[in-house]
Amino acid sequence: MMLELFVYGIVLGSIIALGAIGLTLVYGILRFANFAHGDLMTAGAYVGLFLVSSLFPLIGIPREPLGPFSFGWRMVAAFPVAMAAVSGIAILLDRLIYRRLRQKGSSAVILAISALGASLIVRMVVLILWGGDYRSFFPGVLRPAMELPFGVKIRPDQVLIIGVAALLMVSLYLFLHYTKTGKAMRATADNMELARISGIRTERIVLWTWAIGGALAAAGGVLYGIDVQIHPGMGWNFLLPLFAAAILGGIGKVHGALIGGLVIGVLQQLSTAWLLPTYKPAVAFIGMIIILLVRPQGIFGGETGGT
Amino acid sequence: MELEGLLAYLVSLAIMASIYAVFCLGLNIQWGYTGLFNIGIAGFFCLGAYTSALITTSMPRGIYAHYVRQLFGLGLPFPFGLIGAALICGLVAFLIGIPTLRLREDYLAIATIGIAETFRLVFNNEGWLANGPRGLMGLPQPLQGVVPPEYYNYFYLAVVFCVMWAVYVAIERAIRSPWGRVLKAIREDEISAAMSGKDVFLFKMQSLVLGSMIMGIGGALYAHYTRAISPDVFTPLYGTFIIWVMLMAGGSGNNRGAILGAFLIWGIWTGTKFLTDLLPYTMKARAPYIRFLIVGILLEFILLYRPQGILGEEKRVSRFLDEG
Repeated sequence: MMLELFVYGIVLGSIIALGAIGLTLVYGILRFANFAHGDLMTAGAYVGLFLVSSLFPLIGIPREPLGPFSFGWRMVAAFPVAMAAVSGIAILLDRLIYRRLRQKGSSAVILAISALGASLIVRMVVLILWGGDYRSFFPGVLRPAMELPFGVKIRPDQVLIIGVAALLMVSLYLFLHYTKTGKAMRATADNMELARISGIRTERIVLWTWAIGGALAAAGGVLYGIDVQIHPGMGWNFLLPLFAAAILGGIGKVHGALIGGLVIGVLQQLSTAWLLPTYKPAVAFIGMIIILLVRPQGIFGGETGGT
Repeated sequence: MELEGLLAYLVSLAIMASIYAVFCLGLNIQWGYTGLFNIGIAGFFCLGAYTSALITTSMPRGIYAHYVRQLFGLGLPFPFGLIGAALICGLVAFLIGIPTLRLREDYLAIATIGIAETFRLVFNNEGWLANGPRGLMGLPQPLQGVVPPEYYNYFYLAVVFCVMWAVYVAIERAIRSPWGRVLKAIREDEISAAMSGKDVFLFKMQSLVLGSMIMGIGGALYAHYTRAISPDVFTPLYGTFIIWVMLMAGGSGNNRGAILGAFLIWGIWTGTKFLTDLLPYTMKARAPYIRFLIVGILLEFILLYRPQGILGEEKRVSRFLDEG
């Protein structure tokens, strides 16, 4: 029982980690709390829904599930498109709002308030287009769970979620460490002034940050939809776990956000053994308060929390 | 008849706007004067409303006891509800301030979101506390039965207005005192305030607690106006977001701006309802989303083109420096 919850926690944690990595990148490079990041996940999930249930049926991509999974080629095709679309949305928000505020020299808190506004705008557009109901990517498709040792039941979809999340994170690691743009991103996160002096075009780095953050958020949102159902409030519910994960790992630390995401995901799932599942956001919150009390700079010592 | 209806409508509008103005004044202490980033106003809204409800209602008896469960019901008069709401909200603010006020400002923001969500979840799921998702109904109103029901809203408007006025006057005095100047100094530059020997943490804590107490009073005023509360009322949209838009629109750091913003944005918010009433029937169900979209876009425009709000902050430090 506990082992099973632990495994489900890893599934949820991979999704949280995808969001938290984007959040921590934006936090580290642009230096503000992006309260719209959860809603980028929502946007990704609904772009995915639009593709698999409206657009792809029109152009004749077959519905048949692939192998043991609940989805078929439609989802395979929708996944990268949703990631690209949300990258676009994130860059658009930056162009329309955040960049203008940066150029005016607005403070980080003003940027955070504008992000709160942006989160509302994204969520309301989703609500206007799709309504407030819970939705499934492939309603009615049920696939038998696999039996792992120790009686742990897991659906093939969930194994795939962990796999896809791991693949994306390995790609990100390789990108940040072995490409020129990735190295420039890390340099900018360390010190924007120095990066600029060394000839790094920081505005380009900002675009890359949004593109990667948006794409990972979309991936998290779509994977969440594959696991359970999506609804317009999901991104807001993810906000506390995302921040808890980013703070736990140390703001600006990508590997920290990964570990933080897994810890928070496992914590949330394990709590359902004693608490109602609706308390999951509160569990993330309590976890975060404990981190702030004990080690506010996070386990990997990110951005200094104190003043 | 027509005119009477319009007047009644305007009165209900003014009551809600005045209640929101109380929240704006509370937020203005925290954000406008001290730079504390509280985006969990809905939590204090919720807590204030429920505290006052539990203090002023009596324990359900007889057949009602089967349908309504609540932790306690003291049956005390309305002013005790306001005081209790303020005290409980102040206590919670104190507890949340301990881990967050020494850290960067956005940590407080995240923690306050957490508080707001947690309270909503607790009141929703714990039926024994305050009747779960069905909430509490039939809350008593001050001088109920003494004031004729057809004029009751006029009377309640006067009550709300008096509370708002008292809060306004108290904050104005506090902000012009040396205490208020320390808050502004912390907002402008924490390090130099600390170097002048001010205990930054202590002052931030006082500002956070005081602002949250005022928010608790706002929550209580709301509860006794609608007379029925349930957890789904205190969403981040109605409880936090719109109050931020009000303060940013009116002018943070200006108490008159806070009140003006509350009336203006509440007016616009109710006005957009007439706008969405013109929508085709099929879109009606999604009209509230369109209205919130408009408010969200409005906030971005304010931040981009008039970040100081309509009135902006008064730069006057002391009445003795009028000439300067």
